[in-house]
Amino acid sequence: MAEEEPIIKVRGLVKAFGDHVVHDGVDLDVRRGEIIGIVGGSGTGKSVLLHQIVGLLKPDAGRIEVFGESVRDTSDEEYRRLRRRWGVMFQDGALFSSLTVRQNVEAPMREQMNLPDDLRETLAGIKVRMVGLPENAHDKYPSDLSGGMRKRAGLARAISLDPEIVFLDEPTAGLDPIGAADFDTLIRELQSALGLTVFMVTHDLDSLHAICDRIAVLADKKVLAVGTMAEMLEIDHPWVREYFHGPRARAAQGKPRPDEVD
Amino acid sequence: MNSPRAPEDAVRARIELSEGTVDLSGDLVIETIADLSHDVGGARRIDLSDAGRIDSAGAWFVLDLAGRIEGADADHPPIDGANDAQRQILDTVRRNMPPAEKSGDKRVTMLDRLEAFGRRTAEAGRIAVELTAFLGQVVATLGALVIHPRRLRLTSLVHHMQEVGLNAVPIVALMAFLIGVVLAFQGASQLRQFGAEVFVVDLIAISVLRELGILLTAIIVAGRSGSAFTASIGAMKMREEVDAMRTLGLNPIQILVVPRVLALMLMLPVLGLIADLSGLIGGAMMSWIELGVSPAVFQSRLVANTDVWHFVVGLIKAPFFALIIGIIGCYEGMKVGGNTESLGRLTSTSVVLSIFMVIVVDAVFSVFFAVVGV
Repeated sequence: MAEEEPIIKVRGLVKAFGDHVVHDGVDLDVRRGEIIGIVGGSGTGKSVLLHQIVGLLKPDAGRIEVFGESVRDTSDEEYRRLRRRWGVMFQDGALFSSLTVRQNVEAPMREQMNLPDDLRETLAGIKVRMVGLPENAHDKYPSDLSGGMRKRAGLARAISLDPEIVFLDEPTAGLDPIGAADFDTLIRELQSALGLTVFMVTHDLDSLHAICDRIAVLADKKVLAVGTMAEMLEIDHPWVREYFHGPRARAAQGKPRPDEVD
Repeated sequence: MNSPRAPEDAVRARIELSEGTVDLSGDLVIETIADLSHDVGGARRIDLSDAGRIDSAGAWFVLDLAGRIEGADADHPPIDGANDAQRQILDTVRRNMPPAEKSGDKRVTMLDRLEAFGRRTAEAGRIAVELTAFLGQVVATLGALVIHPRRLRLTSLVHHMQEVGLNAVPIVALMAFLIGVVLAFQGASQLRQFGAEVFVVDLIAISVLRELGILLTAIIVAGRSGSAFTASIGAMKMREEVDAMRTLGLNPIQILVVPRVLALMLMLPVLGLIADLSGLIGGAMMSWIELGVSPAVFQSRLVANTDVWHFVVGLIKAPFFALIIGIIGCYEGMKVGGNTESLGRLTSTSVVLSIFMVIVVDAVFSVFFAVVGV
């Protein structure tokens, strides 16, 4: 892909909670159509970065642009229009517990679109099927679903309006290896079918190998490196070396990659 | 790849029928397809060569049109002129189309209502059985504590006694004081018509001591402490703390329920006594201001005319009310499941049910005392 304007552009981001500085000069570009994985140790502010990009947290300084528009200095109306173009999946799905799975997926359409009821229901049904939930799960409440199904339902709600960017917070955390691999495949399939850009915070070395086009490492309060898996292995930094050369990383690399991306 | 474009800039979609072909043009996206007609006439094919962006809603629309074409094969819809990106989304949506048969309409019939009523009745019966079983468990654990008193969690008991007893004193005293004032005021205006103002003392004494003092205290405590029991035990249940206790060999009934129920049973009579006192004080004050019945007269009439049994009858009921509030509060807390919604629902159920049960039991006591003649 030729160099084009990045879909997400973060420059000089600073964020602190009291005396605790989480980000001090974070720069990051996300290209249209890629799957980027954000890694970093616990407490390095991966989720904080995600929350700032989608506007849930306000940065102390710096610029965040999504689709070329600043997320910080927007009117409510502009922010509403921006938000319509991305979807967020939270760690445990964050489904509305008083609504069924299908109603959860309908919720964004109900709020942002003026669609007839039956059309909305049909479209929500397609989305729920797309994420691979069985027919009998459509009318269940989140509390009746397993963790993996809740994550799938959360993803269905995130792609409810066919967004251009999907933010995933630890999509495979807490899933068994088979469920996690299935979820990786699902993200890859949806990404290519819907032309999504995927921004995912993850700890899962297997998903980094399997589906991420590029990886960004958060350490020392900034983005230490961005690049492909092969580039990550070359980096000489104690934490990065430990992370990508540790015993778990070697095990993950030993497997054949289902979808070779170079 | 679809070209980047903000959703509100989508090009209006058009549908045209010509020479057996459905021509679609413009962006087929969620914003544009709702107004399009689904009429395919006698067309045999769908042409997408003029179409722009297609999202999954648009793909559904195209496939829905294709399904209306006579003799169309669902797996190979007659669609021409789609580019790679469009073909990909069409394929993805085609695999996830809703099943052909429409779900029957969901009119609620008489039979459904009858069924729902039956279910609710059966549910109420089940709750009654479960509550009784829970009461049995608590009583058994209490019995075991009599044999092994050292198993009683004294710190926890004292903490809850402060929580449900001492901290409730101001609100209970104020409430009872005001009830005394209201009774004196209302009673005086009626009794004055007969010149029997002085009987207001008997009115206040009997109604406060026998009924109102303890009943209203129980209602306040149900709202204050019963709901707190449900919420705190429910939150522990939700975070699997209760299960963790069981795996450590600790008995949640003994650790969580017994100190709460016991604290309530010890403190409710005390709160009832405080309510009685402050009700009488409120009544005496109002009688003095409104009727000129001096505190000395009030006191001598109170002692001379009010049987001590009125007071005893009131206080006898207190531990029973406490047991009801405590058991229901803890039982509903134990029923909380994995989701946050059940916590809120059960907390309000707990308050409503315990107030209702307190009043029912109060009525039963009234009948009982009338029969035995106290």
